[in-house]
Amino acid sequence: MGAAHSASEEVRELVGKTGFSSDQIEQLHRRFKQLSGDQPTIRKENFNNVPDLELNPIRSKIIRAFFDNRNLRKGSSGLADEINFEDFLTIMSYFRPIDTTMDEEQVQLCRKEKLRFLFHMYDSDSDGRITLEEYRNVVEELLSGNPHIEKESARSIADGAMMEAASVCVGQMEPDQVYEGITFDDFLKIWQGIDIETKMHVRFLNMETIALCH
Amino acid sequence: MLRAALPLFGLPLAGAAATEEPTQEPGSPDEPPAGLALFRWQWHEVEAPYLVALWILVASLAKIVFHLSRKVTSLVPESCLLILLGLVLGGIVLAVAKKAEYQLEPGTFFLFLLPPIVLDSGYFMPSRLFFDNLGAILTYAVVGTLWNAFTTGAALWGLQQAGLVAPRVQASLLDFLLFGSLISAVDPVAVLAVFEEVHVNDTLFIIVFGESLLNDAVTVVLYKVCNSFVEMGSANVQAADYLKGVASLFLVSLGGAAVGLVFAFLLALTTRFTKRVRIIEPLLVFLLAYAAYLTAEMASLSAILAVTMCGLGCKKYVEANISHKSRTAVKYTMKTLASCAETVIFMLLGISAVDSSKWAWDSGLVLGTLFFILFFRALGVVLQTWVLNQFRLVPLDKIDQVVMSYGGLRGAVAFALVILLDRTKVPAKDYFVATTIVVVFFTVIVQGLTIKPLVKWLKVKRSEHHKPTLNQELHEHTFDHILAAVEDVVGHHGYHYWRDRWEQFDKKYLSQLLMRRSAYRIRDQIWDVYYRLNIRDAISFVDQGGHILSSTGLTLPSMPSRNSVAETSVTNLLRESGSGACLDLQVIDTVRSGRDREDAVMHHLLCGGLYKPRRRYKASCSRHFISEDAQERQDKEIFQQNMKRRLESFKSTKHNICLNKSKPRPRKTSRKKDGLANTEATNGKPRDVGFQDTAAVILTVESESEEESDSSETEKEDDEGIIFVARATSEVLQEGKVSGSLEVCPSPRIIPPSPTCAEKELPWKSGQGDLAVYVSSETTKIVPVDMQAGWNQSISSLESLASPPCTQAPTLTCLPPCPLAAEEPQPPFDLPYDPRPSFAFPPSLAKAGRSRSESSADIPQQQELQPLMGHEDRTHLSPRAANSHWCIQFNKGGRL
Repeated sequence: MGAAHSASEEVRELVGKTGFSSDQIEQLHRRFKQLSGDQPTIRKENFNNVPDLELNPIRSKIIRAFFDNRNLRKGSSGLADEINFEDFLTIMSYFRPIDTTMDEEQVQLCRKEKLRFLFHMYDSDSDGRITLEEYRNVVEELLSGNPHIEKESARSIADGAMMEAASVCVGQMEPDQVYEGITFDDFLKIWQGIDIETKMHVRFLNMETIALCH
Repeated sequence: MLRAALPLFGLPLAGAAATEEPTQEPGSPDEPPAGLALFRWQWHEVEAPYLVALWILVASLAKIVFHLSRKVTSLVPESCLLILLGLVLGGIVLAVAKKAEYQLEPGTFFLFLLPPIVLDSGYFMPSRLFFDNLGAILTYAVVGTLWNAFTTGAALWGLQQAGLVAPRVQASLLDFLLFGSLISAVDPVAVLAVFEEVHVNDTLFIIVFGESLLNDAVTVVLYKVCNSFVEMGSANVQAADYLKGVASLFLVSLGGAAVGLVFAFLLALTTRFTKRVRIIEPLLVFLLAYAAYLTAEMASLSAILAVTMCGLGCKKYVEANISHKSRTAVKYTMKTLASCAETVIFMLLGISAVDSSKWAWDSGLVLGTLFFILFFRALGVVLQTWVLNQFRLVPLDKIDQVVMSYGGLRGAVAFALVILLDRTKVPAKDYFVATTIVVVFFTVIVQGLTIKPLVKWLKVKRSEHHKPTLNQELHEHTFDHILAAVEDVVGHHGYHYWRDRWEQFDKKYLSQLLMRRSAYRIRDQIWDVYYRLNIRDAISFVDQGGHILSSTGLTLPSMPSRNSVAETSVTNLLRESGSGACLDLQVIDTVRSGRDREDAVMHHLLCGGLYKPRRRYKASCSRHFISEDAQERQDKEIFQQNMKRRLESFKSTKHNICLNKSKPRPRKTSRKKDGLANTEATNGKPRDVGFQDTAAVILTVESESEEESDSSETEKEDDEGIIFVARATSEVLQEGKVSGSLEVCPSPRIIPPSPTCAEKELPWKSGQGDLAVYVSSETTKIVPVDMQAGWNQSISSLESLASPPCTQAPTLTCLPPCPLAAEEPQPPFDLPYDPRPSFAFPPSLAKAGRSRSESSADIPQQQELQPLMGHEDRTHLSPRAANSHWCIQFNKGGRL
């Protein structure tokens, strides 16, 4: 009884923290257990058991993002070895659809959070900049699904994108100015005018669909 | 004139015709029965096509006239203007001919006018957006149309029962339902015509437009079912017939879609094998799409759905298969046809309305219909949106709903359907026709006129027209993958999951089957965007900078066609160029030869732009192949030329960046500023001219402070200069060595472009000439110094991949920063010339220069390079410039 009580307490706390409904949390908890094999935490290896992920060209980056301290709001750099359920929810909450009741400011904040997740995924060395190296890395992985595109093409695409980013963010540069990489502010600038609202949401979870996946 | 020419050509023909004439047309009035006719007026033989052509011509001219005034077209949608014009023309025709002619015939409409519009909208439908919103679109199309039809029909019947419709309108409930079914469907033509000008946000547009396309199936089914019920008589309709009606809904819609997909498959497959007959590619697209339409029509399936699906399904594969030119041809032909059809439809609608014999007025019916249409549309939208919003991640807000309700325009489909009614079976046909005309006119004119102010007033989110950017494309792909991954992790098989699955399937099987292998290989969305951006940049550059060309009456250079050379060579080129930082330069044609080099020099001599065709013009007389004729080659060369010019403004444009993560320069002394100032002063022009020019100027003007200025040059060019590496042969060097004098130099590459007066005055002019030389020389690599990091990285791969390293002595034709020469206190100039392959790679050099201030690890490499320059300097330049680099020498040569 006491255990059940404390569990519901915990759930309520999580509802407050992450904004998920208690139903959703329950669903996610079930899934979490399934992934972790009834352990309290998930390690990276656990994600290898998800068969659908295998085809994803950037899966390593995505999984990495799950363990990124910055995304977990636990620090400014580094990777966590394992994440518990609360961390899992924290990550998932990045993908929560925008609430209709939110006001403009909250929507902006939400948007920023979502973009930050993406930014952290690119910025693998947590120095606050997406350098050319890092960008290339991502593009190469993105294109790795197509065996016919050589790495060089991927590189040149990344280079082109970087140039574009620089021209968007800095505009006319001074002769001795150096563009060192995309900062988060620049990143926001790139995304300006692009409707992210439709792009970074996952439908969380009706009971039935989850039940089907067991 | 024509009359005079006629006898000559028409003699045999006319004679033959004259002999046959009496048997065929005995009653031909003003024709002598025998003898030679010099001139004959044969209006009746050409009447039909002539009239068609005339109408289209009138419509097109009207369009031109409308668009003469920007103000009018910005306020009034074109469809309104066309309808009004149709009214006027119809009035004139009526007044002149005393009978209404040239009306919108349902047969013509469905068989000829509608297909191009639907094909156009299906083919150019943003498929991603469409499928993202498929749920909403289907709901509105199916449920919404059913709802509108039944409520409108029933309400009108109620109105009649209430006695508000005059009793002379003899119609039963079934008649009203039939009318409701034809009047309720939102019309794709009208919606497209109005919404294309309004620019609401993409989601809203695709929902309204997708609905208008997909509801055709429902409309057709409802119309046919109701019509057959009416013809059977309501007493004979049995329960089984209703069931059949429901079943036919599925049959018609799914069957139509299936027909479309089958033809899409065929089309994609056919275009896979057209490599040798490029010329028929556009034709195939139109033929098969039209065949899909006709097949569906024949099987009384939804033809609109068939064509929509055909266009939607085949586009990806067809676009990959057909050549670039064919793509352009398809695009323009499709747009032209659609626009033609649309224009004619609206005009004919206007003309048809004049014919008063066809319709009969009843105010109650007309007003009632208008009211119910608007009311039930709004109600339906609100109800459905409420349901949909329970499921949508991004709910449709109230403003969207208002626009959606108000955007439910009716159009020519309704009109054609109502004309098709059988007067004997539907006694109230005339009233229905009148009502339909009023409804169509009201929705197109009143709603069409007011929707723009409404959208503005409600502050509907507009679509932002930003150019597609590479970053955006990349990020969106990343998003897609992230979302798919999150769905996988959560274990929820949602939309992203299935889209991901479909893409995998498509990549694995469909694309392999339907795409040409060469196309399949480089097929990737990101790559496509990259390619397109490159081309666009290049074109826009040519557009801006090509004014010199246009003055000589040359057309816009054609893009290098993707099919033949580019398809393979783009990748090759990329591979060659390593990191390929040259964003836009890859579109330069890869064919380089000695002749090209000559050409480049020639170009300069001809003041860039004045083109002198020196190849024999080969007349193209094949109807089946478009050969790459002289014009094209000419275009390509001009294109190259323009790209060269572009290089000069490279720094001043967006490439003014440095991508490497180097530390900020330590030495930003005032000397640098001096150097800069001097440069500007001497150039009389901002320093976004080529780096060579600046270097040259500095050298000539301030030989004293050479070293300082040079070093400053080095620094900034380190940041954003461009390195041109021509690795053709050691020709340049050797010639320079042997001759020592430019005038006797045998190779055209070395001959400095004959300096014009301007060149003597303006140093950068000569730079241009040099540029022209270097860029087009063999296996040229053009890499901005910005990308040194990239270069350095891929240098190893380059060395293995790129051109033969040792056989020809690689040459640094032009070397902007030459940091070593400037910074090295005592450059060992007297080392012998040593054409080692490592010279070929400027990055190493550039890097050397860059990292000089940080470390001196690269010094050996630099020293390898010294001899080159030292040698050049000694042979060509005055000792004063001894520690300059030899790209300067070329400038000087040009200015001799």
